[in-house]
Amino acid sequence: MRKQFVNTVESQLRNDKRIVLLLGDIGVFGFRNAFKEFSDRVFNIGILEPATVSLASGLAKTGLIPIIHTIAPFLIERSFEQIKIDFGYQCLGGNFIGVGASYDYASLGCTHHCPADIGLLQNIPGMEIVVPGTGVEFDALFKESYDDGHPTYFRLSERENSVSQAVKFGKANVLKKGSLATVVAVGPVLEGVLAATEDLDVGLLYYTTVAPFDYATLCGNLTNPAKVLLIEPFYSGSLASEIYMSTKLKPLILDSIGVPREFLTHYGHAEDHDSAVGLTAKNIRERLEGLINA
Amino acid sequence: MSDALIRRMKRQIIKAAHSAGEWHVPSAYSVLDLIWVLYNRVMRIDPKHPNDLTMDRFILSKGHASLALYSVLTEKGYFPQEYFNTFCKYDAPMAGHPDCNKVPGVEASTGSLGHGLPMAVGIAMGSKIRRITNRIFCLVGDGECNEGTIWEAALLAAHHKLSNLCCIIDYNHSTDRALQMGDLAAKFKSFGWEAITIDGHNHDEIYRALSYIHNNKPLVVIAETIKGKGVKCMENEPAWHHRAPNNEELKAILEELL
Repeated sequence: MRKQFVNTVESQLRNDKRIVLLLGDIGVFGFRNAFKEFSDRVFNIGILEPATVSLASGLAKTGLIPIIHTIAPFLIERSFEQIKIDFGYQCLGGNFIGVGASYDYASLGCTHHCPADIGLLQNIPGMEIVVPGTGVEFDALFKESYDDGHPTYFRLSERENSVSQAVKFGKANVLKKGSLATVVAVGPVLEGVLAATEDLDVGLLYYTTVAPFDYATLCGNLTNPAKVLLIEPFYSGSLASEIYMSTKLKPLILDSIGVPREFLTHYGHAEDHDSAVGLTAKNIRERLEGLINA
Repeated sequence: MSDALIRRMKRQIIKAAHSAGEWHVPSAYSVLDLIWVLYNRVMRIDPKHPNDLTMDRFILSKGHASLALYSVLTEKGYFPQEYFNTFCKYDAPMAGHPDCNKVPGVEASTGSLGHGLPMAVGIAMGSKIRRITNRIFCLVGDGECNEGTIWEAALLAAHHKLSNLCCIIDYNHSTDRALQMGDLAAKFKSFGWEAITIDGHNHDEIYRALSYIHNNKPLVVIAETIKGKGVKCMENEPAWHHRAPNNEELKAILEELL
């Protein structure tokens, strides 16, 4: 996904002279060609995220389109107020591209984990949140939304699904229809969800844009009674209120699998954490069967 | 003429605060001379086209001094005096902190300290990228200089040689009781800025400092000011920081400002 990110941004730098790229001293090697080709619009700005976000809003005030790139907790959690006021409240457009996701940097510990990013950013009116499942999906979603005048967060991950879907910004993909339950899968968890649901009569909706949330597609694919299994690669239940709002007062049985709301104090690899938190095909299958029988 | 005008603007400010029942009058009086000279004698402005990106631009980073900015903007013709009649009302365009999407001429929505200067750095960089030859001014408070983002912005501005950027510091020493900022000129110089220290109520000094041509470096103007300047009971009196006068106080202050 990171390689595609570089290719996509380089190509857009070429096509759109309004784009300015600000790197927080990461991705510098990856963008080495961009530094040469677009020396007046690509900056290794340094390790000072809050000021970088405010600075980016200043760029936006001159008609430019900033892209800010660094590790998710520093981009989102450290700079939350700057994103809220300088972009959100001022109604300015910009692109926030974070790497690391919930625990891609598993062995670096809590400081580099960011399962709270989606829950936080949902509190900024007008904020767009994109969770691509593959590099190809990132390319499509970025090109569709980067200059739409909103602040947009792209949550890149080292984890990728092996097959890309034909995604559209703001729209969920209906991968399967079914009568026993509805599974909502977000971004890079899809691989395990496909394996878990293969032979079950359940609906499967794939979301890569989580804000604005596509309520209509979920509403049109609910079972009766509504049974939803929500599978998120970030804090569990981050999208629960969106699920509730989609049901329009119908009775709902909701279960969710995601990162539990506790500090992850173990290291290892991202796969180890997937197993620990239950983001595995086996666990998804078990929970889904439990939901169907509920 | 200028003295009389400043007193008239101060009367307008205190009346608005009285009518709203609150707000930061001493902070507004601290910066009024600076903002007035800036708009009246230094900046290239076009009040009829406030969104013209080629004009000079000003961010009031210490947004709580908004009444001073509003007073100058209305005096220069950005919007009618009637805006003051609804100050802080539910549907009003003007409130305690400036909103760039509601008030013509307001460049940035500020109020959370430490945001304005890095935003101004971004505008200055953006102007350079777009080859717009304008000047960007930003006014910050001395208390605001406690914020880390001010110094992050100071680093960035010097590193990128933003000679189109001027930061004005309203050094009224209100933060001394909490965290003393000491020699701010020396601090900014050590970050790679040019620095000038002036009397922030002397219009000629303000004009000369803000007109100074600075090549390859950003400029900081340290303006020594008096919080509540012009009203004796208010000058350097912390109790007035965020309050409005009662009827008796208003009458006395208006007489003092005649």
